[in-house]
Amino acid sequence: MNAKDELAGYRGKVLDSLKRINAKVGDLVRVIKNGKVFEGILIPRSEYGDDEHVVLKLKNGYNVGIRVTSTTQIERIGEGAKPAFTPPLPPKQQEGLPRTVIVSTGGTIASRVDYRTGAVRPALTANDLYSVVPELAEIAQIEAKILFSLFSENITSKHWKQIAEETAGYIQRGVEGVVIAHGTDTMGYTAAALSFALQNLPVPVILVGSQRSADRPSSDAATNLIGAVKAAAYAPFAEVSVAMHADFSDRTILLHKGTKVRKCHTSRRDTFRSVNAEPLAKLELETGEIKMLTKEFNKRDHERKLVLKPNFEDKVALVKFYPGMDSGVIDWYVDSGFKGIVLEGTGLGHVGNFCFDAIRRAIRKDVIVAMTSQCIWGRVNMNVYYQGRDLLAMGVIPLEDMLPETALVKLMWVLGQTSNKDEAKTMLTNNIAGEFSSRTLPEIIGG
Amino acid sequence: MSVDYSKLGLKVGLEIHQQLDTSTKLFCNCQPELSKEESEVLFLRRLRPTQSELGQVDPAAFFEFQKGVKILYEANNETSCLVEMDEEPPHPLNLEAVEIALTVALMMKATPIDEIHVMRKTVIDGSNTTGFQRTCLIALGGEIYVGEKRIPIEHVSLEEDAARKTGQEGKIIRYRIDRLGIPLIEIATAPVIYSPKETEQVALAIGRILRATGKVKRGLGTIRQDLNISIPQGALIEIKGVQELEILPLVVEYEVKRQLRLLEVREELKKRGLKEDDIEEKVVDVTQVFQNTKCKVISKALGRNLRVLAVHLPKFAGLLKRELAPDLRLGTEMADRARFWGRVGGIFHTDELPAYGITLEEVKRLKETVNADEMDAVVFVADNVENAEDALRAVVERAREALRGVPEETRAAKPDGTTRYMRPRPGAARMYPETDIPPIKITAEHLESIRKRLPELPEQKLNRLMQEYGLNKKLAKQVLDSEYGQLFETIAMKTKVSPTTIAAFLTEKLKAMKREGIPIENVSDNQFLTVFSMVGKGELAKEAVEEVVAWLSKNENATVEEAIEKLGLKMLSMKDLERVITETLMENADLVKQRGSKAFAPLMGMVMRKVRGKAKAQLVSQILKRKLEERGNC
Repeated sequence: MNAKDELAGYRGKVLDSLKRINAKVGDLVRVIKNGKVFEGILIPRSEYGDDEHVVLKLKNGYNVGIRVTSTTQIERIGEGAKPAFTPPLPPKQQEGLPRTVIVSTGGTIASRVDYRTGAVRPALTANDLYSVVPELAEIAQIEAKILFSLFSENITSKHWKQIAEETAGYIQRGVEGVVIAHGTDTMGYTAAALSFALQNLPVPVILVGSQRSADRPSSDAATNLIGAVKAAAYAPFAEVSVAMHADFSDRTILLHKGTKVRKCHTSRRDTFRSVNAEPLAKLELETGEIKMLTKEFNKRDHERKLVLKPNFEDKVALVKFYPGMDSGVIDWYVDSGFKGIVLEGTGLGHVGNFCFDAIRRAIRKDVIVAMTSQCIWGRVNMNVYYQGRDLLAMGVIPLEDMLPETALVKLMWVLGQTSNKDEAKTMLTNNIAGEFSSRTLPEIIGG
Repeated sequence: MSVDYSKLGLKVGLEIHQQLDTSTKLFCNCQPELSKEESEVLFLRRLRPTQSELGQVDPAAFFEFQKGVKILYEANNETSCLVEMDEEPPHPLNLEAVEIALTVALMMKATPIDEIHVMRKTVIDGSNTTGFQRTCLIALGGEIYVGEKRIPIEHVSLEEDAARKTGQEGKIIRYRIDRLGIPLIEIATAPVIYSPKETEQVALAIGRILRATGKVKRGLGTIRQDLNISIPQGALIEIKGVQELEILPLVVEYEVKRQLRLLEVREELKKRGLKEDDIEEKVVDVTQVFQNTKCKVISKALGRNLRVLAVHLPKFAGLLKRELAPDLRLGTEMADRARFWGRVGGIFHTDELPAYGITLEEVKRLKETVNADEMDAVVFVADNVENAEDALRAVVERAREALRGVPEETRAAKPDGTTRYMRPRPGAARMYPETDIPPIKITAEHLESIRKRLPELPEQKLNRLMQEYGLNKKLAKQVLDSEYGQLFETIAMKTKVSPTTIAAFLTEKLKAMKREGIPIENVSDNQFLTVFSMVGKGELAKEAVEEVVAWLSKNENATVEEAIEKLGLKMLSMKDLERVITETLMENADLVKQRGSKAFAPLMGMVMRKVRGKAKAQLVSQILKRKLEERGNC
């Protein structure tokens, strides 16, 4: 424990009182206040807690906050028990099982709770993972790698590049599949990014996360991870995909194509949905059976040579149009040197005519402007209304049924590959990683 | 068997859980009600024991997990949302519930916590979708008095009620999540209760304080009493879920008896010279013994290709049928373990055979097959090999424990006061902070404002009930201890019916009706109020109240007016009543002629038979008297 963590979260006068008695988090402490005695283990304080309370874990297991006043006495009465954890012996790696790797980028896919202080510690090594989710040992031989520990909203294109390079390295060393553990908030963006960066895949790359933290018994982390490893080791496809719950039950894992997947609910386990496409496959946890749900996929093929194209251009924006939007926003992007703007227009792909001048100016200044729809489901079609035809005439590029988020990532990737605008426009409208579907099928919206 | 409990060294601690009558659940805005509708959503989950750095994984839970036990949850939109489904983080703690808990704490002179921290208590039997129960300590160190004796209150806490189990089919346990999240207050006493009778008195005293807040739910299942019972030499046994106050003394009595009997069994086994190592965990396949059995259970199992497996318990002959409490034998204890660990329907043992179609000959061959002699017992089950082996291993473990005395365990209370094995006693509470809910500061000002509004204490209320409503002491006490105490005052204030009539009905009469199995919990406060106001206005006879309430309890969603209409209890108008009386007089003209005014009594009886519940007796008597006089004058 470093000095900063010794009294984590405590500030002001309470911190002073604790320092005075040399107390550290985890120590046994006695607080005497108005004649009442409280004894327990000193617990870290939440970073947004006030500076008036000291938090103890009492012998009965409960945490309580005790307000420290001028008459409150605090004493350190001993060192707390050090966290002792003897993990159950991890099951043996079974020779002959497919070799896979789990690359962790953040979000705790597996963890243990320190009931002493309430701290949640992620499982970091393959052995740790095995001991927390022992079923994995029966599925594959696993190597575990912590690439970084980031909340997914802190992941940027720089990280996409690193993940792509790391993944490519493992694939070139011949693993049967790569699992990437990722926070769920931006997992859809990373999935799209990897779909463009890792081309001609010989084996699957599976992104996985959890909607309920791994420290709770009801977490979806372990089941999602089991599904992801199974898919990485055995799925017949070689695609970038997202493995998450299909519904409220711990029964079925859906595998969504990386360019067609979107987080659609703030908290549900089945938050990820394939949009304008069938999911790639579903996996039954009970039997381990993987059933393909589409015919359009690249087959697993070791002979295929991976092509790594991990560069992205950051000066690309996703702009959501709304009624009365100030077109100065578009001007700002143009003046700030942005090279591409993906518009999230209304309906079939529209923005108000009060934005037209700004858009015209952007295109004149060589900014690529493309159109997607904020409807999420469906395809843009800018020939139906004259406002759409006007935008087309200006040179706005319609992006069919591509998700706005995927379109942003794609334009970033395209501009990371070429600075030639014409070439970029061609790449943007060509189907590279299944980001376009040629047909719109009557899928259930949100279903 | 009369037991001197103080000599014995009995110690009992009580933990009372009472549902609070709040407008929403503890961590979301769902109605805190049980659903009567069909479930609309079903979902299947597995709960994975999380590993801790201190304390071990709960062995029972881990075992169930390994066996692939799954939980099927039933949900209804009316009574649960994504929070109960563990599909949405909890909302902040319900402050109405905190306030009620603080009120109770202050009434018990406990010290409220300055800053309340919600914790997660690991529970992975499926009763909580999250795998933990959210709970928080509200106050520490209070006291109540029962007579002269001070009973220390260790803590007052607030927690979410669990889902209710609705069934189990093989490895799938069903729970309904409507109850999950209903606020529960928990009050724990120190283990200073020394007799069965005192257990009831302490529970009663705590119940009175809870009801005094006017903010607790009523009806079966809304209060659950857990007990910790220990005697020297015996073990600390946790008994869960006593629902009726009246059976508390019985539960304690039976538990003491059970522990004493188990100690006798231990002595007997020692006398027979048995050592723990003599009991081998050797499971033998004895299917061929029962190839042509007349036993229906076994032949049916064999028809389904299941096996019969047995274990040999040396020197146990006769002990498995030793009664520990009514309907509870050592064999029952083993069967319960087998059911829990092996998911089997039950066990057979040689102490109860021949019976169930199993012949003496089969018993003989069974004993030969496992090498058992006369002093030994054999336990066997018919199931698939995995379940049967798990079950018999649990039986062997229980047999070994019999040599050690009373095994520590958690037991469940049955309505008759006996208890059954529920699960092994969990280790130290594994709690960690619920980080999704910010801590709540309790300020001195807030406490002061609650203190100013504290409800009257039970003794004060008793006096007031007698003075204000003229109730006698017995009735006043009954009102005080009744779930309908508050309703009594409302009705007494709002209607013209005599308080004694109301009190007698809401306490004695309702209790009697409940005993007859009438589901009076279905009758709402408003319906009671309407019934009594009609009595007060002379629109319904006092005598008809019972009938109306009984009808309402069986016809939910019906109105009081409908009840009166359906039962034909509408009060007769003056004109109709006069007509009935005149008719009766005419039908009995001879009687009137012969006996004159002395015919009043039999005539009164006849009229009342016709109009009972539809007219006041007093009025009938008046009219009848007048009419008789008029006739006499003719």
